[in-house]
Amino acid sequence: MKIYSLGANPNKPCNILNFKGVSLMLDCGLDINSALHFLPLPLVASKRLSSLPNWIPKDAQDAALLDGELKECENRVLVDGPIEILPPQSDIFDISNVDTILLSNHACMLALPFITEETGFKGRVYATEPTLQIGRLYMEELVHYLERTPKTQRSSRWKQVLQSLPPPLNAALRPNDWRKVYSMKAINAALAKVRMVGFNEKIDICGALTVMAVSSGYSLGSCNWIIHSGYEKIAYVSASSTLTTHPRPMDQVALRNADLLILTALTQTPVANPDSMLGEFCMAVAATLRSGGSCLVPCHPSGLLYDLFECLSVHLDNIGLSQIPLFFFSPVAETSLAYSNIFAEWLSSGKQSKVYLPEEPFPHAHLIKNGRLKHFPSLHAEGFTNEYRQPCVVFCGHPSLRFGNVVHFIELWGNHSNHSIVFVEPDFPYLEALAPYQPLTMKIVHCPIDTSLSFTQANKLIRDLKPGNLLVPDIYLHPPVSAPLRSDLVIQELEPPALGMKSYQVLQLPIKRKQEKVHLDPALASRLEPIQFKTGLSASTLTGKLDARDNKFTLKVLNEEEGGTLYSAAERMLPRHPWGSVDTTQLLHLLSQHGLLDARVEDTPRGVVIHLPREDTVIQLEGSNTHVYCHDEALRRTLRDILLQCLPCL
Amino acid sequence: MTDIKVTPLGAGQDVGRSCILLQMGGKNIMLDCGMHMGYNDERRFPDFSYIAEGNLTESLDCVIISHFHLDHCGALPFMTEMVGYNGPIYMTHPTKAIAPILLEDMRKVAVERKGETNFFTSAHIKDCMKKVIAVTLHQTVQVDSEIEIKAYYAGHVLGAAMFHVKVGNQSVVYTGDYNMTPDRHLGAAWIDKCRPNILISESTYATTIRDSKRCRERDFLKKVHDCVDRGGKVLIPVFALGRAQELCILLETYWERMNLKAPIYFAIGLTEKANNYYKMFITWTNQKIRKTFVQRNMFEFKHIRPFDKSYADTPGPMVVFATPGMLHAGLSLQLFKKWAPNENNMLIMPGYCVSGTVGAKVLSGAKKVETENRQVIEVKMSVQYMSFSAHADAKGIMQLIQYCEPQNVLLVHGEGVKMEFLKQKIQQEYGIDCYMPANGESAYIPCKPVVPVDVSLSLLKKEIALYDTIGAPDPKRPCRMHGVLVMKDNVLRLMEPEKAFGELGLNRHAIRFTSCLQLRLPGSATKAMDQIQLILNSQNTNYPVKPSEEGVLNLESVSIKMESTDKEDRKSMMMSWALQDEDLATWIMSSLRQVIV
Repeated sequence: MKIYSLGANPNKPCNILNFKGVSLMLDCGLDINSALHFLPLPLVASKRLSSLPNWIPKDAQDAALLDGELKECENRVLVDGPIEILPPQSDIFDISNVDTILLSNHACMLALPFITEETGFKGRVYATEPTLQIGRLYMEELVHYLERTPKTQRSSRWKQVLQSLPPPLNAALRPNDWRKVYSMKAINAALAKVRMVGFNEKIDICGALTVMAVSSGYSLGSCNWIIHSGYEKIAYVSASSTLTTHPRPMDQVALRNADLLILTALTQTPVANPDSMLGEFCMAVAATLRSGGSCLVPCHPSGLLYDLFECLSVHLDNIGLSQIPLFFFSPVAETSLAYSNIFAEWLSSGKQSKVYLPEEPFPHAHLIKNGRLKHFPSLHAEGFTNEYRQPCVVFCGHPSLRFGNVVHFIELWGNHSNHSIVFVEPDFPYLEALAPYQPLTMKIVHCPIDTSLSFTQANKLIRDLKPGNLLVPDIYLHPPVSAPLRSDLVIQELEPPALGMKSYQVLQLPIKRKQEKVHLDPALASRLEPIQFKTGLSASTLTGKLDARDNKFTLKVLNEEEGGTLYSAAERMLPRHPWGSVDTTQLLHLLSQHGLLDARVEDTPRGVVIHLPREDTVIQLEGSNTHVYCHDEALRRTLRDILLQCLPCL
Repeated sequence: MTDIKVTPLGAGQDVGRSCILLQMGGKNIMLDCGMHMGYNDERRFPDFSYIAEGNLTESLDCVIISHFHLDHCGALPFMTEMVGYNGPIYMTHPTKAIAPILLEDMRKVAVERKGETNFFTSAHIKDCMKKVIAVTLHQTVQVDSEIEIKAYYAGHVLGAAMFHVKVGNQSVVYTGDYNMTPDRHLGAAWIDKCRPNILISESTYATTIRDSKRCRERDFLKKVHDCVDRGGKVLIPVFALGRAQELCILLETYWERMNLKAPIYFAIGLTEKANNYYKMFITWTNQKIRKTFVQRNMFEFKHIRPFDKSYADTPGPMVVFATPGMLHAGLSLQLFKKWAPNENNMLIMPGYCVSGTVGAKVLSGAKKVETENRQVIEVKMSVQYMSFSAHADAKGIMQLIQYCEPQNVLLVHGEGVKMEFLKQKIQQEYGIDCYMPANGESAYIPCKPVVPVDVSLSLLKKEIALYDTIGAPDPKRPCRMHGVLVMKDNVLRLMEPEKAFGELGLNRHAIRFTSCLQLRLPGSATKAMDQIQLILNSQNTNYPVKPSEEGVLNLESVSIKMESTDKEDRKSMMMSWALQDEDLATWIMSSLRQVIV
C-alpha cells in the first residue's frame, strides 16, 4: 500500500492511495494562496492600483526583463497580471490510472476540473449531493469573478528571476506550475462525472474495495470515507468538526478500529477558539454599527456564512440593532440560500425537526422574508441602489481580497476609520490579504473561525478511535511555524509512531493484506466431507475451480475434463494430507496382504527402517516423517496407498 | 439451505392493508403496516395475533414502512401503541414528516365524524412517531448485527421507497408501491443489480399496459375543460399529497396556456403545508423540478386557491380538489352528495378505489349509492376514471425484475386473477419461480446460499501465479485451487495445508519418495540436465521450470539429480519429492517417458 501526495496544503488535500491494485484519489483540493502574490482585480479601474510604482530590482538587466510585471505597494512586491493558481501536481502519479476520486466536502474539491478534464482521467467521482451542489457554487463563483475582470497579458517573466526577488514572492511554491483557472464548461464537464452518494451508502470500487461516506460534521453533506477491503479498514478523515453547528454531527463510531487512519485538514487557526471568535465577531460588528460605521465581512458563499447569519441576527436583535440591513453579494447568493433549505436530511437534528413542521430549517429564510437580509448577484444588480443604506453589514467574496465584490468595498470604505473589515474565514493570512490595500484607515478585526478539529480534539479522537496506524501531514508532527513553542499543537506521540506525509512525496504504508474473500458455489459446498476434531472445529480438503470475475472470486466444482493441471485427468490424484505417525505392525500387515512378504524391520536411533530386499526398496519411518526409496513406479504407488491407509488424512 | 418465509397479513392477493411478515435467517421483519379503507370493523387492521399474542416487541426485529399512504402505514399507531411494539421502525425522511399528518387526518374523520371508539389517539400517533428512525436513500442501515437495510427510490409518492433487506447471505427486496415512468413531479423507480433471493413486488396493475402518459393527460384536460365550458363543476377526489400535486401542476400550466378563468380550488386544509413539504423535500422530486427550483418553485401555484365551504353552493363552473381520494368520508364525500344529482357536473377519479368505498361503487357504474347513514344518492353527474395512480404496470414490473435480477418473485398488493396472469408471464419470460400467497398463507422459498470463505492471500496468489504465470491469464485454463478448509466457530477459512495443521493442532506426517530412473541421454551429466529442462518446457504448460543450480533441478518439493553411468548414453536420474507434489512428479515422469529406459 502506498500513498502519493499531490499537494502541499493539508487543508486543501489531494492524495492518491494505492491499495489492492486500486488507485483512489482522496479529495481534490485547490490551494488558492498563490493569488495573494497578485494585485487585486477591481471591477472598475482603480486609480490607486494602476498608479502603483514598478518594483525596481538591483540588477538593471532584470528590470528590463520584468518590464513592469511587478508593482510595489508599501514595501510589498506584487504581480500585475491575471491570477494564477497551483493545481495538484501529477508528476509522481499518472492520473489516467486513477480509478476513483472520493470527495469529502465542498472546500476540498475545487481542483476537480483540472484533474478530470486535463489529465486523461477515466474513472468515477463520488460525493454527497450537498458537496456536489455547494462545490459547484464555489467553483462558479471563482470562475465568475475571474472571468469578469480579464487581464489580457500574462505575467510570467518574473518567474525567471525568482531567486533575486524579495520575500515572500521569492518563496512562491512552484510558480512555473501555476495555471489560469478553468472555464465554466470545464466545471460542468467535471461535475457531470460526479455520482451522488448518501451517508453510509456502501459503494463497490472495481470489485476490490468498498467505500462509504460517513458524516464529518464540518459542513452540509461533508463526509469522511471508510475504505474497506473486506479485511483491512482504512479511515480517511478530512475536515471534520465535533462542534454543534448546522450540519449533521460527526459519525465517530464508524471510524473506530481502522488499520490505518489518515487524518488531514485540521484547524488552520490552532490558537483561536471558534466559539469565542464567533462571539468576538458579533461584538466587533455591533461596536462598528453603534459608532455609525459599516462592516465588511469577506466570506465564502456557503458553510460558515449560514452560522454567521444566524448568530449575528440574534445578537443584533438582543442589542436593539434589528433594523440594520444585512447584504449578501455573490453571483451564487440566491442558489446558495435556496439550497440551504432543501438539504433537510443533511442537517443537525434540531434544524431537521423544523422541516417536519414544515418550516425552513435556517433562520436566514425568515430574515429574507422580512427584508433584513438582502442578497444580490453583484453590485450592479437591479434594486441594490434603492435598498442600499448605511450603516450596514456586507457579506461578500472573495476572502483572498484579490477578486470579487469585496475589492470594490475595500476601495470604497478603506479610507474611513469608522468602517471596519472583519476577517472570519481562515483560508488566507489576513495581513497578506490586505497587503495591496495598505495604507488602510478602516478598522481591521481578525477573528478567524475554523470549526475543523483542533489539535486537542484530534488527539482525543485518535485515542478514542484506536487506529492500528496513523498517517498525518508531516507538519502536524511539529509545532506550527506561527507558534514554534506550542508543543501542545502537534499530534502526540503514539505507538506505533505516527507516519508523516510530506508534500509531493510517495510513502510506503505498513498495511499487509493477508486474506481474501472467496465464495463457495453451493454445488461444491455440498460435496465437502469435513472431519470434526472437536465441537466447533472441523476441516476438509477442498479442490475447486477458481473463477475470478471483477475481482470477485468464486470456487466452483472442478470438472474432470478441465483439470487445468499438468497431465490428463485419469492419472491425477487429489492431494491428501496425512498426520500422526505410522504403526509399524499395521504397516507390515498391509504389506503382507499385498504380497510383500519379505519385509525386514531394523530399529534405528530415530525409528525403524523396513527393507524389502527383493524389491530393492527401503521405507524409513521416523515419527512424523516417512521416506520411501523405491525405483519401481508401480510398486511405489502401491506403497503410497498403503501408507495413506495407515495414516489419518484430511 | 434455509427457506425464506413470507406471510402476507394484508395485501395477499388483495389491494389495501399492506402488511407482510418476512422471516429469514431467524429474523422477523414486518414490511408495511397498513389499514384497509374499505372496512370499519376490526378487519381494517392486520391480524397481529398471527405473530404473537399481546406485545410484539419480542417477536419482531423491525418494521419497515415504504411510504405514507394509509394502506401502508395506517395501522402503525394501533400496532405500536395499542397492541404494543417498542422495536425500531424505519421509513424515509419525507414519510416520517408526512405520515403523522395523514394519520391525524384519518383519526379525526374516524373518531370525530363517524364517532368511532377504540381508535388510536393523537398522543398515540406522536408516541408512535418517536419510535421511527428516518433513513435516506441508499444508506446502509445496520438494524442489528445481522440485519442490514437499504432504501431505493420508488417514485410512487414523495418519499416512497423500496427496501433491500439483507440477513446474513440472504436478501429480499420489498417494493412497496412504485412507478417506473417519471411523472410531472416525481422520478422513476430505480434499483441496482442487487440480485436478491426474493423480489416482493406490488402488482396493482398486473395486467394493464397503460397508454402513454401524455394521452391520459390530454384526455384529462379535455374533459375538465369541456365540463367547465358547459358551466359544470368538476370534483376531483385526491389524497392531500401525491397525485394532487401532479394534477395541480398539470392544471396550472393548462389554465395559463389556455387563459381560462374558471376558478380552481384546493379544498384541503393541508394545502399550503402539503406544498411546503414538496418545497423542502425537493431533492425527492424529479430532475426537472430540482433543476429549476431556485428560479421557480413548481409548488407555488398562481391559479389554484384555497377552498371555502361556502363555495360549494356558488353557481357557475369550478374545479375542486378534495380529500379523501376514495370518497369514503370527509369533504370529498360531502361535495359528491351535493353535486352528484346534476348531470352537468363531473367526477374524476384519478386513483384506485378500494372495494367497499363510495368511490369504488360509483366507479363500478352504480347510479344509486347508499352512504353511511342510509342516505341514498342519485348519481347523474358523469363519472370518469383516469388512472393517474402512480403504480408500475405489467411492463414496469417486468422491467424492475430485469433491473434487480431476483432468484424468485413474490406478488402482493394486487387482485388474485390478475396476479395469476403476471405470474405465468414472469415464469415464462425469466424462468424464475413466482409466488402469490393469500392473506395468512405462508410462502416458503428455498434458497441456495453461496458460502463465503476467507482464503489466505498467499494461497490465492500462489495458485493464480502457478496457473497463469507471467502475463495474461488464460481463460481456457481454469485456475485449480487446493487447500484445507478449516471451520472454526462458524468461520470458514481456506489455507495452505501446512497452516491448517497448525490451526488444528495436528502433527503433519511428511511422506517423501525417492526414485532412481535410468535415462537414455548422451553427453555429460550437465548436458543431460539441460535436455530434461528442454523436454519439460516443451510440454506447453504454464508450469515454470527454472534452470538448475549446482547440478540440482528444483521444482516445488521435487529435486532432480543426474549421475553419469558406465555407458555414455545412459544417465541415472535421482528424483525425490514430497507427497503433496505427487502430481508434479507424475507429470515429470510421463514427460520423460520417451527417454526412460
